[in-house]
Amino acid sequence: MRLELRGITKRFGTFTANDAIDLVVEPGQVHALLGENGAGKSTLMNVLFGLYDADEGEVLLDGEPADFEGPGDAMAAGIGMVHQHFMLVPPFTVAENVMLGHEEVRGPAKLLDLDAARAKVKEISERFNFAVDPDAVVEDLPVGAQQRVEIIKALSRDAEVLILDEPTAVLTPQETDELLAIVKDLSKAGTSVVLITHKLREVQAVADTITVIRRGKVVGQAEPTASQEELASLMVGRDVSMTVDKDAAKPGAVMLSVRDLSVVDELGIPRLKHVSFNVKAGEILAIAGVQGNGQTELTEALLGSQPVTSGDALLDGEFITGKPIKDVLMAGLGFVPEDRTEDGLVASMTIANNLILDLHDQPPYASGMALKPSVIDEEAAKHVEQFDIRTTSTEATAGSLSGGNQQKVVLARELSRPLKLLIASNPTRGLDVGSIEFVHKRIIEERDNGTAVLIVSSELDEVVALADRIAVMYHGEIVGIVPPDTDRDTLGLMMAGAKQEEAA
Amino acid sequence: MTATLTEAPQAQPAVDIEVARSWRTPIILGVVGLIAFVLFGLMTEGGGATTTFVLSRPNDLFTIPAITVPAQATAIALTVIAIALAGVSAWGVQNRRKIGMWLPTVYGIALVLAVLVWAGAGRTATSIQLTGLLIGTVVLATPLVFGSLAGTLCERSGIVNIAIEGQLLAGAFLAALVAGAVSSSTGSDSFGAYVGLVAAPIAGALVGAALSLFAVRYWVDQIVVGVVLNVLVVGLTSFFFGTLMRENPELNRAIGLPDLPIPVLSRIPVIGPVLFDQNMLVYLMYAIVIVLNIMLFKSRWGLRVRSVGEHPKAADTVGIKVNRTRVRNTILGGAVAGLGGAFFTVASGLAFNKEMTGGKGYIALAAMILGRWSPKGALAAALLFGFADSLREQFGIIGTSIPSQFLAMLPYLATIFAVAGLVGHVRPPAAENIPYKK
Ligand SMILES: Nc1ncnc2c1ncn2[C@@H]1O[C@H](COP(=O)(O)OP(=O)(O)OP(=O)(O)O)[C@@H](O)[C@H]1O
Ligand SMILES: [Mg+2]
Repeated sequence: MRLELRGITKRFGTFTANDAIDLVVEPGQVHALLGENGAGKSTLMNVLFGLYDADEGEVLLDGEPADFEGPGDAMAAGIGMVHQHFMLVPPFTVAENVMLGHEEVRGPAKLLDLDAARAKVKEISERFNFAVDPDAVVEDLPVGAQQRVEIIKALSRDAEVLILDEPTAVLTPQETDELLAIVKDLSKAGTSVVLITHKLREVQAVADTITVIRRGKVVGQAEPTASQEELASLMVGRDVSMTVDKDAAKPGAVMLSVRDLSVVDELGIPRLKHVSFNVKAGEILAIAGVQGNGQTELTEALLGSQPVTSGDALLDGEFITGKPIKDVLMAGLGFVPEDRTEDGLVASMTIANNLILDLHDQPPYASGMALKPSVIDEEAAKHVEQFDIRTTSTEATAGSLSGGNQQKVVLARELSRPLKLLIASNPTRGLDVGSIEFVHKRIIEERDNGTAVLIVSSELDEVVALADRIAVMYHGEIVGIVPPDTDRDTLGLMMAGAKQEEAA
Repeated sequence: MTATLTEAPQAQPAVDIEVARSWRTPIILGVVGLIAFVLFGLMTEGGGATTTFVLSRPNDLFTIPAITVPAQATAIALTVIAIALAGVSAWGVQNRRKIGMWLPTVYGIALVLAVLVWAGAGRTATSIQLTGLLIGTVVLATPLVFGSLAGTLCERSGIVNIAIEGQLLAGAFLAALVAGAVSSSTGSDSFGAYVGLVAAPIAGALVGAALSLFAVRYWVDQIVVGVVLNVLVVGLTSFFFGTLMRENPELNRAIGLPDLPIPVLSRIPVIGPVLFDQNMLVYLMYAIVIVLNIMLFKSRWGLRVRSVGEHPKAADTVGIKVNRTRVRNTILGGAVAGLGGAFFTVASGLAFNKEMTGGKGYIALAAMILGRWSPKGALAAALLFGFADSLREQFGIIGTSIPSQFLAMLPYLATIFAVAGLVGHVRPPAAENIPYKK
């Protein structure tokens, strides 16, 4: 199907998120949409999908104007979408989520045909090499698996136009490759694909054409042959360094000491098995591993939101296991959770208040029982400036921010007080190349100030770029701790469970 | 890279990781068992006093003889069984075995029987009417079942329905009014009662429609709207009760639905009179519980309703009309509660009276929570509360040394203990009381 957007303008109040955007996607084409955080990519796609009404402009499908009242109409017209913020019902199973809205029924009573839905999930996940259990409950899945479910859901409808809004933000490199291969197959079969991503490698691999938008306007087209540096500067409007510059670490005393830590979940399944390691002041330990191998439990156990079954952890010589979360944070822990919308932000609160969420009862933001709004606003303005959070006002709700900008709010909050230990899961999830450069720089700075840093990332590139030491996790155990110049094949084997000696 | 990456770890026995044990349940069961042993076991009248339980009714197919037991010995035996069950539960914790729901169920039955034995001890003139107790349970549970089904229907779609009380009252009122009007013009009481039964859901649905209007259209806090609607319905019905119904007494007479004993089944001892010798409203209740339970969890409609209550935006992105679903469910829920309201008038053979629902709508809300927002659970919870209520009546009849004021508290105590103790960690539908704005 040929898709054309003509002069789409979308305003939120006085803020123009999309300014007269034209975009044509030819049948069978993979059209990459690039742009900074807050450029207006998701907004444009939500207009196309019928979630937002455009203030001006029209959508044409095969030359016919389409007037969508809601996503139901868009789907009926053959448009499918993978949403940046997953649109999954948490207490439903994978199969139920995939069937929702186009359920098959059977029997005289027309009851749900769950077997058909399961079979569909199985079939699609096999095609992709996604190991997804159709009966798993979505809220129990790590974000990487939820991402896969969201993709399966969109693919299960045989859309003619497929919108992928940052589909690979939390996929492993292998999964990303599988997805890109499928995207190619689909486009060969005539499906039009709009791909939004901040990973330029993916753009180069599959895109037929590239449109770049900045601050709501189309600023240019590019060929997929363009280099990553060219694409990056077109997006951000300045040169971006794609590598991380850092000096060798000067590790000090042991700051975090994890001793024989184990976690068994409510179902009695061991998630973390006798994990021991140290992180010294002034060094970055990065944890590599396929998501779901205990990383979430490890970070949450250190924070205190996950009950520890046995073992303990010390921060600067003081126990942090078994302490209330607040005390742990006050002891100098900065924590960037893996799921920002769920655990990182209160979407309905203002950006200013989100920025002081953990310090709201401390001076200078509060005196006695009262908050001090003027100080809070001043601080917020500083953070917004420093982290380049794109927003109309610090009084806007966090939920109205673009995905990448929400992530920046969490980072700004956690990096803005004196820390002894920083734990960050996928710190640059959903950030544009310019912001990644900035955040990496800030993390290195933090390290050089003598903070111990623990990074968890599904991006092997990020792990290798930041780490002073790499710990590889598999099935709840640390299979080995290796230097950052370890070759990728070895790391890959270790991520699949091989012990260090076997892998080398 | 040759390695294939595998999924998250699957279930493996926790061989070498010590998990802390929770002794909460055995301790509570043990302490309560011991108290019961002292209060009801040891304090039961000894010296040859007996308690008689009557199970059969006059026209049963066959007669089960009345059971007479030595009071003190039986009460002690029953409380000792309860304490032993606490021991079993402790054994389960020690050996990390999961013990099923049978344990608390048997434990509860043993304690209740012990209390009954204690109450009936040494009374030669009166005996414990077990079947009567159970009949009372079903009857008293009826409005609670309808009320909590109404709550479940609304809340599953994301609308909090505090207005159940008002919907019950409106249903009770309209049922009486219509029954009175129709029977006085046609001269047939039972026909009038049936028409009243049909009218009741309309009244409830109107209250539901008002709730959905303010909640969905104007985004008013749903709890506030619900409370206001309750007050409004009390006011309106009391007003018409004092004016219309007082001036025209024929519009508010005690008219009852006829009993419809099901042939044969109704004459099975115990089960028959309890389940199969009821009026239309109770049979409708059975049907509605079954149908709703299947529909909510197995049908397309149910899946969509639940998705709207949990994550309306996700529902919207797959083409489900969120607000339409909510309005429909709220009106349907209102109708179900309205039908339940008929219990107070035409299904009990009573005339309408001011505020005659007496807070049952709020107990229904508790039953909905205890039943974890499922029709099946609502039924079970409502039966539990109905049983507590019926027990109170039964005690009133046999006359015990417990002051009647304490007896009147029984259903509410049961509510608090049930919600606090049994419910544990439950989670209401996530999008409850949050208007869906695009
Ligand atoms: N519901 C809303 N209300 C107010 N402003 C909004 C709303 N949704 C988006 N915006 C604003 O519109 C701008 C564009 O947001 P959008 O989500 O389209 O960005 P994006 O290009 O997808 O960015 P990212 O790469 O971070 O996902 C942002 O500045 C955001 O703050
Ligand atoms: Mg976006």
